[in-house]
Amino acid sequence: MTGRAGGEKGTAAPAAAPSVAGVEWHPDPAGEMEAVIGLEIHVQLRTREKLFCADVPEFGVDPNTRVCPVCLGLPGALPVLNREAVELAMRAALGFGCTIHQRSVFERKNYFYPDLPKGYQISQFEEPLATGGLLEVRMGEDGQETFPVRIRRMHLEEDAGKSIHDRVPDRTAVDLNRTGTPLVEMVSEPDLRSPAQVRAYLDQVKRILEYLDVSDCNMEEGSLRVDANVSIRPRGSRELGTKTELKNLNSFSGVERALEVEIARQVALVRSGGQVTHETLLWDERRQTVRSMRSKEDSQDYRYFPDPDLPPVLVSPAWIQAARDALPELPEARRTRFVEAYSLPAYDAGVLTARRPLADFYEAVVRAHSDGDAKEVANWVMGPVLALANTRSREVEALGLEPEGLAELLALVSEGRVNRRAARTILERMVESGAGGAGTPEAIMEAEGLAQVSDDGRIQEWVHEVVAAHPDEVARFRSGERRLQGFFMGEVMKRSRGKADPGEVARILGARLKGV
Amino acid sequence: MRAASALETARRVRAGEIPADRPLEEALARAREADAGPRGIHAFLSLSDSGANSHPEPASGPPPNSDSRDAREPGSAADDGDPDLTLAGVPVAVKDNLCTLELPTTCASRFLEGYRSPYEATVVRRLRARGGRVVGKTNLDEFGMGSSTENSAFGPTRNPRDPSRVPGGSSGGSAAAVAAGVVPCALGSDTGGSVRQPAALCGVVGVKPTYGRVSRYGLVAFASSLDQVGTFGASVADAALLLEAISGHDPRDSTSAPLPAPDLMGHLDDGVAGKVVGIPVEYVPDSLDPEIRARMDEASRHLAEAGAEIRRVSLPHTRYAVPTYYVLATAEASSNLARYDGVRFGVRSPEARATQEVYEASRTRGFGPEVVRRIILGTFGLSAGYHDQYYGRAQRVRALIARDFRRVWADGVDVLLTPTSPTPAFPLGERSDDPVSMYLSDIFTVTANLAGIPAVSVPAGTTHGLPCGAQLLAPAWHEAPLLAAARTLEQSLGGGA
Repeated sequence: MTGRAGGEKGTAAPAAAPSVAGVEWHPDPAGEMEAVIGLEIHVQLRTREKLFCADVPEFGVDPNTRVCPVCLGLPGALPVLNREAVELAMRAALGFGCTIHQRSVFERKNYFYPDLPKGYQISQFEEPLATGGLLEVRMGEDGQETFPVRIRRMHLEEDAGKSIHDRVPDRTAVDLNRTGTPLVEMVSEPDLRSPAQVRAYLDQVKRILEYLDVSDCNMEEGSLRVDANVSIRPRGSRELGTKTELKNLNSFSGVERALEVEIARQVALVRSGGQVTHETLLWDERRQTVRSMRSKEDSQDYRYFPDPDLPPVLVSPAWIQAARDALPELPEARRTRFVEAYSLPAYDAGVLTARRPLADFYEAVVRAHSDGDAKEVANWVMGPVLALANTRSREVEALGLEPEGLAELLALVSEGRVNRRAARTILERMVESGAGGAGTPEAIMEAEGLAQVSDDGRIQEWVHEVVAAHPDEVARFRSGERRLQGFFMGEVMKRSRGKADPGEVARILGARLKGV
Repeated sequence: MRAASALETARRVRAGEIPADRPLEEALARAREADAGPRGIHAFLSLSDSGANSHPEPASGPPPNSDSRDAREPGSAADDGDPDLTLAGVPVAVKDNLCTLELPTTCASRFLEGYRSPYEATVVRRLRARGGRVVGKTNLDEFGMGSSTENSAFGPTRNPRDPSRVPGGSSGGSAAAVAAGVVPCALGSDTGGSVRQPAALCGVVGVKPTYGRVSRYGLVAFASSLDQVGTFGASVADAALLLEAISGHDPRDSTSAPLPAPDLMGHLDDGVAGKVVGIPVEYVPDSLDPEIRARMDEASRHLAEAGAEIRRVSLPHTRYAVPTYYVLATAEASSNLARYDGVRFGVRSPEARATQEVYEASRTRGFGPEVVRRIILGTFGLSAGYHDQYYGRAQRVRALIARDFRRVWADGVDVLLTPTSPTPAFPLGERSDDPVSMYLSDIFTVTANLAGIPAVSVPAGTTHGLPCGAQLLAPAWHEAPLLAAARTLEQSLGGGA
């Protein structure tokens, strides 16, 4: 891969070695080069049946148990298009602003591979289902910075099976359960300029797909797969450099990392006078490097031609309109609505709409807690609830916490029947016990004696005890060390085992410390 | 003793005059006799057990499809006396590229020697559902690629009319089985003439229906946009009876038309009075064998006597048909046959280790020379740089050939009359080393496949002492008037009792 001499301006620059794990990424400190990146994303659609047969795609079942003559490519078997897959693909395409074509054509992509039973993949080539979408991608802390990514095309195709190299010694095993699972391939224009932009784009694509409810979007199970095309060029240039294709990118952070390494490699290569070769590279996650899979010179000729077993896919304008009408609210719209309808800060709206189930949960709590404050609900959901989910490595909707239960707890707080601290304890108990429905917050409050004490006499008593026990601190407070107020508050709350009404405590404590 | 007609057999079985199993047993005995010995015709590659296929609905069918795609079979119950049992007890020979449960499906290829399909072709299920019995699987050119049945990995079939000659192909085994009187009717498949040409060479009736009329589910694909299951009969009536039983929409085949099975039997005697029969000049060139020309003249005279108007017409793109056909058919075949890679079924070369070796060694060992030739041709025609010049251009010419026919129909022509084959049955081995002369056997038949229209070959006397076939063609979905015209011709020549 040593290039010919001739990189005129590369002579002065020292050849930066491709970065390795842990080293901060500086592909081009002088900022003379920029990366140009386009992504191909394969999205498995969550249909009940496969794309061309009635098998049910399932992950993690015994090998070769979700197969039939059609997806095994047995002699004489024929494909029949699954209408649900077209429906979901249309929804996905509309979700990214693509134009759906009333006529699209399935073609055969011919190549030999052991996990490709027919010797061809049924895909779309010349006439895809949809083209010409656009995504405004948000970046930055508050998501206020945006950049556009054009979607070139979205088409339907069938998945291949899996070759398994580590199951039978010295042999490759083939599992065809995945064969024929419907995929949408989403191809972007080369509009991305950095690994960070790629990450933001991927996060947003995934969020939209989840909102559209067309895919599980699970990268570990392969329901979302990403290939990247990357080249570099002098900043400001309009021309595209020679690109490489990165494959085997198994996580979003892997995509980001692989692009960092590859861009650094290309920059170093060009700066040392070399030239980038058009080739396909495999990302090695363990060694954090790329290695060449095949060069484009010996690339495959797929010999595409329209599949004679499948007539063109015809979708009527009425069907397209119905799919458009049935589109759910997408994250951008929901985020804007959250800001407007619930008076939330942009940051809160961004966090709460990051995932559709979280946004649904939030809105359900707001609805159930109708006389409450939507911002207060946001604080609870983004604070204690998300914290509980994080410590348990679960999503909020999987905590067993029902919106009605949380709403009731918040009502107890706003009615002054429990204080915030006790409410957090109750919340933890609800999640621990798995009983997060209506009725449980009050039951836990009663059972654990967590009801807030606002009774003047009881609080006077606790304040008296604390003041009596800490004469030195009282003296220091009185001599001006006002920040000891917090210490006294804490001591009183501790004595009340968290149940005292903090407002009352502050009032009585203030009077006591000042007065005597 | 020859097989009784399918119509008569079914009537007698339904009426309880003969046991339902007897016609099958008799057909099996005839098949063994016809195929026996060095001069045997070798029509069959495998024969049924007489008891094995008495159940119309086999217990182990294909996996159930969901409701939306469920393939409902007509009359799946099998009570004798049921008028739906139009094929009650009728012994039927089935070309060995149609999937069957009890018998292997080899496509006459080493690659699939002993291969057993886990499911049954829709046409086979339908003929069983109508009471028909599968006698056995018949010989063919490997994967349907050939015009003489000599390209069978298991040896050629001989023409019952002259065992030194070929029966035609690729459905030569089915044609020979009917011609030898083993069965009254048989299933074949027709990609470029593979039913009609052997029917002509063996002196029986062969029908290729409209593309989409009959399900291709379970027909091992050669060229998917051209393949269509067709029927052979000792008479037009028997071929029509079997065609009616297997026709109609199949949700498992996306190219099958959403149309019910046509009423063919009810229109068989409609005749041709008032019809316009066109004779395309391109099909009776000056170079045509004078004896064949004489048979065509007789056929047109018979049709005229039956009340048809005879008109000379032109199909100007006919001369491009054979090259167009071979570019398209081989292109599709190169892709359809990619699945025979030695990975999942069929031949796997035992010495192959690495993946590439498995492909190369298995395919080299598994495929015969004609199949290899067509895969190479087809792969070339789809290759980058040649794709438009070959495949693309052939698709455009195909559209022109289809347009030729549409113009003729629009001018009021109901049926076209042509020879089926430019020659009678030729001696075994005569064209084995000359693929181009073999390809030219299809010169009059490929256009019907390219245009997707129905066509039939009917016996039209003899030339050089060998059977000669007349081909009739009709607009798409017009099988009923097509077969009525065929019946008229048949009766005028004293056939088809």
